[in-house]
Amino acid sequence: MSVLLLLEQTLNGIQFGVFLFLISAGLTLVFGIMNMVNLAHGSLYMMGAYYAVTFVEMTGSFLLALVLTIPCAMLTGVLLELVALRTLYQRDHMDQVLATFGLILFFNEVVRIFWGAAAQSMPLPEIFDGNVEIFPDAPYPVFRLAIIAVGILVAIFLYLLISRTRIGMLIRAGASNRPMVGALGVNIRFLYTLVFGLGAALAGIAGVMAGPILSVEPGMGEPMLILAFVVIVIGGIGSIRGAVVASIIVGIFETVGRSTLPFLLSQVLPQDAAQTAGPAIASMLIYILMAGVLFFKPEGLFPARTG
Amino acid sequence: MLNRIKISLLVAMFAALLVMPPILDALEQPFYLALVSRIMIFAIAAISLDLLLGYGGLISFGHAAYIGIGAYAVAILNFYDFDSGWLHLFFAIFGSALVAAVIGAFSLRTGGLYFIMITLAFTQMLFFLGISLEEYGGDDGINTTRSVFGDWIDLDDSDTFYYFILFFLGLSTLIAWRLVNSRFGMVIRGAHSNEARMLAIGYPVFRYRLIAFILSGAMCGVAGFLLANLTEFVTPEFMHWFRSGEIMIMVLLGGMGTVFGPIFGTAVYLLLEDVLSGLTQHWWIIFGPLLVIIILFAKEGLWGLLPGREDMSDD
Repeated sequence: MSVLLLLEQTLNGIQFGVFLFLISAGLTLVFGIMNMVNLAHGSLYMMGAYYAVTFVEMTGSFLLALVLTIPCAMLTGVLLELVALRTLYQRDHMDQVLATFGLILFFNEVVRIFWGAAAQSMPLPEIFDGNVEIFPDAPYPVFRLAIIAVGILVAIFLYLLISRTRIGMLIRAGASNRPMVGALGVNIRFLYTLVFGLGAALAGIAGVMAGPILSVEPGMGEPMLILAFVVIVIGGIGSIRGAVVASIIVGIFETVGRSTLPFLLSQVLPQDAAQTAGPAIASMLIYILMAGVLFFKPEGLFPARTG
Repeated sequence: MLNRIKISLLVAMFAALLVMPPILDALEQPFYLALVSRIMIFAIAAISLDLLLGYGGLISFGHAAYIGIGAYAVAILNFYDFDSGWLHLFFAIFGSALVAAVIGAFSLRTGGLYFIMITLAFTQMLFFLGISLEEYGGDDGINTTRSVFGDWIDLDDSDTFYYFILFFLGLSTLIAWRLVNSRFGMVIRGAHSNEARMLAIGYPVFRYRLIAFILSGAMCGVAGFLLANLTEFVTPEFMHWFRSGEIMIMVLLGGMGTVFGPIFGTAVYLLLEDVLSGLTQHWWIIFGPLLVIIILFAKEGLWGLLPGREDMSDD
């Protein structure tokens, strides 16, 4: 176990964390502002990946696919909100869970019918193909660095949008007192649709970035959705800042834990015990982390309805 | 109170379940005996979940966890050549109760959205634990054999096994019925309608809810024990979060906050699955939107559609 490997794993962890952030950011906005459970958010991520696969096939350019996918993902989200989810804001969480569960089933079947059940693959874009040596003798794929860069850009964009613009101000106001904002003449329903579309666009970006490194298949959104839940619970529902911090923590724990824990355990435990316990504990690590955070801070690390 | 229609429906249902095996044997349709057994097993799980969902207002999105624990109790004990059914049952019940106690202790400290996501996340943790335990089959699952209950209950006989499951369904229904109408059940329901008031009267709401959570988990563990015996094969898929969602759908279809509704909901769901999946492999594309429509327009569930609607205070 060299230091270099550990550094590389940490970088992988950050990259995975950024990826989780793209998914959790939209989810935490919808949760925090509309007070709504949206299980179908993972499906928006999946749709983003499939749109990207199709656009890459059509245009042959990854960047063009990215540019085309974002509005498409946003449109899917807006349509979803207008057709199905809008009526659910007033319902209790139980209805929201089950209705959006039904939507997951629907989206997975749609994908299976249009693109087939087999996993699709997307070539690594040429401009991001190759490696850079960040540390001497340690080549690191450029594409993974590009993911980190996209995540940072999105985080800055969201921060500026929410804390510096009029729309952001309205979003924050709508979260803390919906009737009052409505009474002041703001079209709050339109605002919600907009927030939902924004979340969908972010999930779509995550889907595009996932294309070249993960397999694009029906049901790919659900594991990510559950990890995003863990992120949101740790970070605090509705808090963008919490989502940033928690997704990096979860990303690093998940990646570094999986690669180093079996090794660490083999130092203290007998060989066969470590071989059984290592992967088992590593796969439970982030959930144990979540339980630990909740034990001390039941509202998450950044308990804010907006931020 | 239950009205006459509902009582006659219940009597008819249990009577039909009692005479099912000889009739299906005569018709030489053993497949349907397995299907009905499966329905009864999931009905137990649905009843246990409804104790939390309908009566407690606690949206547990992780009930598959206890099915998994109950099932793995059978598989793992069999793996070490402990084939005693009493032992299996003991570990299924107390194993799930213990896990429910831990999950409940964490999740009940929070509420609302957090509660849903935490119960889901803990179940996911157990799912991944099951996958990483290579010794017990990992994600391939593990074959197992039926529990042994001495000479007088032979679970390898399909009719005996059927009545064995029916016994547990009857028992669960009775326990749930007694529970929700007891003083304990009243406290749980009171905390659902107005938590602040229950606290002000002086009830330790957290403790009551935790006990309800544990009881519900233990009951669902029995369903897992029975499921492992039915399939003679256990995989981490039993704990997949999709399964948790399915049990929720069964409760909702039948009618939340009713003791008997979930039985009908389970039957409708599993029969619908059987029929629709025979028609098209894309049956989810029909069922998904159907589910959304049911939630938007028929929240009372099937049981609630029956005449003689009352508030959720009696059945």
